[in-house]
Amino acid sequence: MAGFLLKRLAQAVFVVMVVTLIVSVAVRMTGDPAMMIAQGATDITEADLERIREGLGLNEPFLSQYLATLSGLFTWDFGRSFLGGTPVSTLIGNALPATLLLAFTSLLVSIVISIPLGIRAAIRRGKWEDQLIRILSLVGLSFPNFWLATMLVLLFSITLQWLPPSGMNGIASFIMPAVTMGIILTATNVRLVRTSMLEVMQSQYIMVARAKGLSERTVLYKHALRNCAIPLITFLGLQFGGLLGGIVVVERVFNWPGMGSLAFDAVAGRDYPVLQSVIMILSTLIVLVNLLVDIAYGLIDPRIRTE
Amino acid sequence: MSAFLKSRYFSLEFIMGLGLTLGITFCVLFSSWLFPGAGEIDLTARLIAPFQQPAHPFGTDPLGRDVMARVFAGGWISLQVGFVSVVGSVLIGVAVGLVAGYYRGIWDVVVMRSADIQLALPFILLAITIIAIVGGSLTNTILLLIVSQWVQYARLVRAQVLALREREFVLAAQAMGVKSRNIILQHLLPNLLGPVIVLMTLNVANNILLESSLTFLGLGVDPTIPSWGGMLADGRTYLQTAWWVSVFPGLAILLTVLGLNLLGDWLRDSLDPTGRTER
Repeated sequence: MAGFLLKRLAQAVFVVMVVTLIVSVAVRMTGDPAMMIAQGATDITEADLERIREGLGLNEPFLSQYLATLSGLFTWDFGRSFLGGTPVSTLIGNALPATLLLAFTSLLVSIVISIPLGIRAAIRRGKWEDQLIRILSLVGLSFPNFWLATMLVLLFSITLQWLPPSGMNGIASFIMPAVTMGIILTATNVRLVRTSMLEVMQSQYIMVARAKGLSERTVLYKHALRNCAIPLITFLGLQFGGLLGGIVVVERVFNWPGMGSLAFDAVAGRDYPVLQSVIMILSTLIVLVNLLVDIAYGLIDPRIRTE
Repeated sequence: MSAFLKSRYFSLEFIMGLGLTLGITFCVLFSSWLFPGAGEIDLTARLIAPFQQPAHPFGTDPLGRDVMARVFAGGWISLQVGFVSVVGSVLIGVAVGLVAGYYRGIWDVVVMRSADIQLALPFILLAITIIAIVGGSLTNTILLLIVSQWVQYARLVRAQVLALREREFVLAAQAMGVKSRNIILQHLLPNLLGPVIVLMTLNVANNILLESSLTFLGLGVDPTIPSWGGMLADGRTYLQTAWWVSVFPGLAILLTVLGLNLLGDWLRDSLDPTGRTER
């Protein structure tokens, strides 16, 4: 078990380091931030630009800049934004909770919809209800998330005027962004619940539970569903990256004050410290979630460890 | 043919998938012939609502361009990106996957670690950074999709090869002294095409979604070329007054992607019954 943990941990550290390296290199190629800052000033000289670069720490060797970036993950110090000089950690501290809260709500929406539907489809395997749920889940999978978001705004904000079209302000403002992401996640989760339920329902302990005369409800929700939890949790871990990627786009539609909006503003302003921290933190989160899922899985199911 | 019509492979899913995909592809490919001269700016016909004039069934946009003509013309970008990016990813991914699975060694490590990295770096975030450097264009969008997706194929093919290389027909070929290159190309490759084709179909669908997101965010294809993502980005400004400018291009994406997903799902049931490409 210790060997398995160490191996997974080493993999995770490696991935975080490589991702940070890719992003650091890429971000430095986007352009000279000194020029961005100096824009507007008419009598700027090369010496002024050099002073700005020195002040921003851009003249340090790349390796030491890279290590400084990485160490930010532990010290929570990511330097200052090139624009305005706010500490990056403050910006992230405001944006990260907004994104995570949305991610969490979307997952919740998706679980609440997909478990009953998936179970229904599994019980009625091959019947019209199963077919309908299957086709609907494919439709859900085919929605462009930003368009679904726009359509919800059109219906609920513009036509019916029930919900606020943008911003994060109270529970009502969570509904549309969370439902957008929730619908798209549900499309894959319904199928997962259905397949795992079908598999579990054929096992002997379900037969025993039925033979004992337990009600169908208890058999389904207590005995079968619990055993679907493991594949579902693993899959949610794998989905986490896609979920964050989707949220970044949807944030743009709803003007959500999260990591996606922060990243877009940072690209526009060549604000490297912000952009690179956003991507590094989101990637680290994804790696961590998958690491935790792997560890939990390894603890529950010893067969995984030797794989 | 009649045997096919009666077999279990013939389903509603197949008809709907094929119908949507072929129908939309046909309309897009022949859009300049179906709508000659349409889609040009006509300031006398601005923002006509849909279903009002027979000349403009989907209405017109703020510059008086026919929305239906633009929707079909805009599909060309999406279909191109979807198809070319997937073919590129397949060529690289399958080649690397075959080598990694058959010879193991360094390529095996490359595939598995690249897969870890790909999983941790969401496409949109990578795209934001890279497009900021190289700028948005059709070619860059396609290259970006290839870079971020070849790994999926490499991983799928590698896993398949690992299983296949222990099978009798491969061992027999090895014992007869068939060259490794020929074993890979003639014995392994044909046996793993099924799951690859399934993944390709689903991937064209997914890449069309990703391309339209990028273009919507202003990071993809040149905004002056008609494209679904670009039309949706324009339409947002007029959402309050002209819903149709935003509705129809999105519906086009939805139906195209749905058609491909239905086909992919049907192909999976037919070619890959054990669900190796389940997602």
